[in-house]
Amino acid sequence: MEEPCDPRSGSCGDALQDLFVYLDGQLTVERRLVITSHLDRCSPCFERFSFEIELRQVVAQRCRDTVPESLRMRIAEAIGCDPGAGLGPCRGDDPSAM
Amino acid sequence: MADQQSFADDAMPLMSSLYSGALRMTRNPADAEDLVQETYLKAYRAYDRFEAGTNLKAWMYRILTNTFINSYRKKQRRPTETEFDADDLYLYHRLGGAEGATMNRSAEDELLDLFGEAEVKDAVESLADHYRIPVLLADVEGFSYKEIAEILDVPIGTVMSRLHRGRKQLQKRLYDFAEARRLLPDPPSPVTAAASTAAATFAAAPSTAAPSTEAPSTEAESDHEI
Repeated sequence: MEEPCDPRSGSCGDALQDLFVYLDGQLTVERRLVITSHLDRCSPCFERFSFEIELRQVVAQRCRDTVPESLRMRIAEAIGCDPGAGLGPCRGDDPSAM
Repeated sequence: MADQQSFADDAMPLMSSLYSGALRMTRNPADAEDLVQETYLKAYRAYDRFEAGTNLKAWMYRILTNTFINSYRKKQRRPTETEFDADDLYLYHRLGGAEGATMNRSAEDELLDLFGEAEVKDAVESLADHYRIPVLLADVEGFSYKEIAEILDVPIGTVMSRLHRGRKQLQKRLYDFAEARRLLPDPPSPVTAAASTAAATFAAAPSTAAPSTEAPSTEAESDHEI
């Protein structure tokens, strides 16, 4: 039977206590399973966790800047990379590396 | 002898990440460019000591962070900032949580509307160094606790406590910046009667009640060096 959600105690309190570490993927497997199973049963907690995930995605997305081309050229030259060589690594970023 | 081409192949694709990190640290484009260039030159010269197969991005972030702390931070020291205590889920509660009318759309769409590039960057850059850098490394760059501990030369427990506090501070700053720019909807007020006093109590609660519920850790008091 499902109990009402109380963020300050019980399994809800325990789950929220570990919210950041859970989202960081750094809990033990056992602890992770306990929380995942709690989130399956408690929609208010699930919503809180989802909110934090989405907030993180927004922060990461908003903190991207484009490298000035002049800087890229200066560095390429300094490390002996030929920026005129075509589509090699000197030309641009590989999105998969981010 | 370092393999020059191998360094270029592997390090050039990391530049966007390093430049964005440098901008958040130095808070100005000229210093960020110098910092990134210095980082690449140092890494290039030391590349023969880089162990193949280990994480190049983490290694370069370590050089970037150390260079920032040793050379750039000194000239931009700020007065010690007052630290407020925000509760966990600060933004979630402030934005009305499940009951808030504004949360009917997907939370991500809502957050993207509320927090534009300027608000998020300003909020991150407003954090003290010892919070800002771990939060950047974890939440923007996706490094693990262990990698952050190695980049910053601090124990994993310190990484965790700084991340926890830093993220709460970030949520508070995000809210403050959005509020200052009048981007926020009216705060949730379930009952119209006595709404003004209720809203005032709600607004005052985090700043007055929080310090007694969570004593400042000694780590935050004494350990402002990265």
